[in-house]
Amino acid sequence: MGFSDADLQAIWLTLRLASLVTLLLLLIGTPIAWWLARTRSRWKGPVGAVVALPLVLPPTVLGFYLLVAMGPNGPVGQFTQWLGIGLLPFTFWGLVVASVFYSMPFVVQPIQNAIEALGERPLEVAATLRAGPWDRFFTVVLPLARPGFLTAAILGFAHTVGEFGVVLMIGGNIPGATRVVSVQIFDYVEAMEYGEAHWLAASMVIFSFLVLLALYTLNPNQRKF
Amino acid sequence: MKLMQSGLAALMLISASTAALADEVKVAVAANFTAPMKLIAEAFNQDTGHTAEVAFGATGKFYAQIKNGAPFEVLLSADDATPAKLEAEGMTKTGSSFTYAIGTLVLWSADPDLIKDGPKVLGRNQFRKLAIANPKTAPYGAAAMEVLKGLSIDQMITPKLVQGENIAQTYQFISTGNAELGFVALSQVFKDGRIGEGSAWIVPADMHKPIRQDAVILKNGENNAAATALMDYLKGDKAKEIIRSFGYAIP
Repeated sequence: MGFSDADLQAIWLTLRLASLVTLLLLLIGTPIAWWLARTRSRWKGPVGAVVALPLVLPPTVLGFYLLVAMGPNGPVGQFTQWLGIGLLPFTFWGLVVASVFYSMPFVVQPIQNAIEALGERPLEVAATLRAGPWDRFFTVVLPLARPGFLTAAILGFAHTVGEFGVVLMIGGNIPGATRVVSVQIFDYVEAMEYGEAHWLAASMVIFSFLVLLALYTLNPNQRKF
Repeated sequence: MKLMQSGLAALMLISASTAALADEVKVAVAANFTAPMKLIAEAFNQDTGHTAEVAFGATGKFYAQIKNGAPFEVLLSADDATPAKLEAEGMTKTGSSFTYAIGTLVLWSADPDLIKDGPKVLGRNQFRKLAIANPKTAPYGAAAMEVLKGLSIDQMITPKLVQGENIAQTYQFISTGNAELGFVALSQVFKDGRIGEGSAWIVPADMHKPIRQDAVILKNGENNAAATALMDYLKGDKAKEIIRSFGYAIP
């Protein structure tokens, strides 16, 4: 036995989803983390709490609200219909949007911690040397906070690969579009095809272990969350 | 002192006798049978004094849990294959299984105007998504596929299919409007002997293999009087009436 074509399709889909989500999260999450790390606004608490919500909410809650919000009568659904791109549930892009929400804290928090750990001083020094804000970000913050960004990328990727509840709620189990590895494993277990389930499940365990091993060896002293 | 002693003895006697009469039975119930089972469990408790502690979920998941030592004593399955499988594996009280209900499949939409002339709506281009339960794991999903094949539209409709992991999730897809219509269990949309909301087509029973739902006493419940009592209760007139009122047939 080994991977069936359907398994390979699910693996490929999962990797595509996780890569895209990680990329988007680094782009969206970095400014949020930057703001959270440096602001003195009274909104810091509420925004930080909203970002962290997926850490504590059951995926079914998030999935259910996404299903309702992205449905034909929900605000997001009405917006996407107005844009002419139809509805998001049961599509690959629906999963991308959901995963961005779901994996957000895993990306924002490590970056935020890394930026907070930098402190004001390197940036002030750079500013006295006439470095502009963008220049400061790319030549000072990015290199110094590199371990934080690496942690964020790895955790965001791994967490999206491991996502299940939300996908189940809004995916609709469509091969090549929304049937990711975790759903495929669930189907095998439900159908009592435990042999097939073991193949994929064990691969997932090994994959996750290697990812975390990489994380802990590359970054032994970095705070993870 | 004497009075107190006898009082205490009487008290002990009472509690001992109620313990003997009123047992508790842990029941795993297929998701599609949720609504009728809630009523049956209540009536069962009133009529017999026993308590049915009920867990609702997917039959396949219950199977995995039972195989791995879950404390369920009775299984009300969504199919007849799972109880048969458990029986073959020696996980049940031999000979205890019977068909408690035969499921009815319904094509349902939350939109009251969508389904007006039975299955013909499936051939029209009036919808984006058709939801069914996963045919691989859910009996109602398998029956839905059989109907689509029988109507020779299974190929044509594949791009529009979305699958719920069970019949409850399939219902959720349709009721939130994310799928305009789909195949669910009649029990989910039946209220007081008629379709509660939206529009529907009740699929004739001869269009798919009967969805026989079997109940079985598991090894854990072999010596539990409440388990046997529940099985008997399910075969009784009161339970049958409740079961029928949710659109199930009875063998």
